[in-house]
Amino acid sequence: MSSDLQSSNASSELQKKPFKEPNKLLKFLNSKKVVPYIFVFPFIISFLVLTLYPAVHGIIMSFQKILPGQVEFIGLENYSRVANANFYKALSNTSIYVILTVLILTIVPMLLAVLLDSKYLKFKTFFRASLFIPALTSTIVGGMIFRLMFSETDSSVANQIVSLLGMESVDWRYNAWSAMFLMVILGSWRWIGVNLLYFLAQLQSISAELYEAADIDGANGFQKLRFITIPHLKPIIIFVSTITIINGFRMFEESFVFWETSSPGNVGLTVVGYIYQQGIGQNDMGFGSAIGVVLMLIIFVISIIYLILTGTFKRGDE
Amino acid sequence: MNTKKENVALKWIANISFAIISLIVLFPIIGLLVSSFRPSSDLMRDGISFTIDFSNMNVDNYMYIFNEASQYWSWYGNSLMISGMTIVLSLFFSSMVGYALAMYDFKGRNLFFVLVLLILMIPFEILMLPLYQMMVSAQIVDTYFAVVLPLIVAPVAVFFFRQYAMGLPKELMDAARIDGSTEYGIFFKIMLPLMGPSLAAMAILQGLASWNNFLWPLLVLRSNDMFTLPIGLATLLTPYGNNYDILIAGSVLTIIPIIILFIFFQRYFVAGLTSGGVKG
Repeated sequence: MSSDLQSSNASSELQKKPFKEPNKLLKFLNSKKVVPYIFVFPFIISFLVLTLYPAVHGIIMSFQKILPGQVEFIGLENYSRVANANFYKALSNTSIYVILTVLILTIVPMLLAVLLDSKYLKFKTFFRASLFIPALTSTIVGGMIFRLMFSETDSSVANQIVSLLGMESVDWRYNAWSAMFLMVILGSWRWIGVNLLYFLAQLQSISAELYEAADIDGANGFQKLRFITIPHLKPIIIFVSTITIINGFRMFEESFVFWETSSPGNVGLTVVGYIYQQGIGQNDMGFGSAIGVVLMLIIFVISIIYLILTGTFKRGDE
Repeated sequence: MNTKKENVALKWIANISFAIISLIVLFPIIGLLVSSFRPSSDLMRDGISFTIDFSNMNVDNYMYIFNEASQYWSWYGNSLMISGMTIVLSLFFSSMVGYALAMYDFKGRNLFFVLVLLILMIPFEILMLPLYQMMVSAQIVDTYFAVVLPLIVAPVAVFFFRQYAMGLPKELMDAARIDGSTEYGIFFKIMLPLMGPSLAAMAILQGLASWNNFLWPLLVLRSNDMFTLPIGLATLLTPYGNNYDILIAGSVLTIIPIIILFIFFQRYFVAGLTSGGVKG
């Protein structure tokens, strides 16, 4: 190619070439061998520049002390600093959040989907849509609503309910337990409708004959749920819970919207929040990257263990 | 006879309990809507409350936002611009990539597909600090471009388009080749129109993701008049609670367009969001 282009620059051939050259080039660009690479080209560039390079650079940065105009390798010092009380607090908050949301966001949408799929229900579209609407709000808007509903005053919705139950008003954003409650309820509220859709889609694939056969055998509703529905939903249960685990470890906004960057006693500190606080807030990019690498390893290990425990890899071999 | 009666009772119980569940889930949205007509001083005192003084209700919050809060509208414009750019660019590039992965046999095709899945699994938060530093050294911080760039080739969309294009008839491509059409002509004139429904689903999903995107814009946008809606509204969430007029009416104005879109294009929302569950 390049030699062709060069020869076309030679003045003696200028008169003849311009007619042939574009044709050759077009033919080359239009050959079935080349076209797919041109189509995939944006992905190659984006992978190299926006994924591979940052990933490698992030790992390198985690061994560096980065000051403006001055970068210095400091070995494992960032990693030894990661083992501190704040990080453990962030990690324990995040882990509790993950465990609670996995339980809530798998079980509740599954039961709702089974109910929504039953023959007893009318207005299915309306119910499905109304459960889905929270997913359309941003975490910031959703969080602001929850801040107002769980405001500290006696007249907020939450405290009015609490006082109906005969208890004292709660300072929702300032206790460890209620802080966790706020984050979990906001996250769950926004995601229930989405997970419900996954379960509903899978439920459509269970054949009605199975249930008819079970009816003939005299199975009751609970038995049908236990022996037909849940086994058939297993792939989607694994999918939904894996996604929820990963999203839980990435959690940041649900905390930011209640406390911005610092919460009393770190009740709302999460791992990603800690990366943001140290990497951007304190401008300590090396330390922030080290936390990022640790988080990556944690997510990776937990996902693998989880997928092995649930037998996902075995299913592929069968 | 007895079971029929039982069924009617069950129907009532099921419908009523679901109505209650729906009401609880929708309550925050309803609460927001109703509260947006209350004076902001009441909101500051009460939060969202069951006890509402209806005689006090008015449209002052909205009047304020339409007449005085020019800042809010610049955030709105930024969000519209950024979401629009994200939709157009990510649909264009991702559909191209997904189409090629589905329709052509070429060396490295499986490798590329595995890479797409790999990127899907790497949390963005891990890459954000080095990416941010890259934007700083490229001196494009605080521009639309910096916000949109990481979203242009979206792995979710590539994956979705690939799955969709797998179902398209390859014979059409051969027929078009015989008619003398170029490979690009085949893609843009014949196949892309056939991918319409998948384009609609991804337009909505990418648009929603970008409209609500928070952490990355928070990193790369610095000046107030470049903020998007979520970032701008978050800056108003001060401990003093003195911005409730813009916050509450502004929040309503950010959700309503999305809900209206949802009501019209529910089908595509559902297709887009459940795409992750499709098995490769």
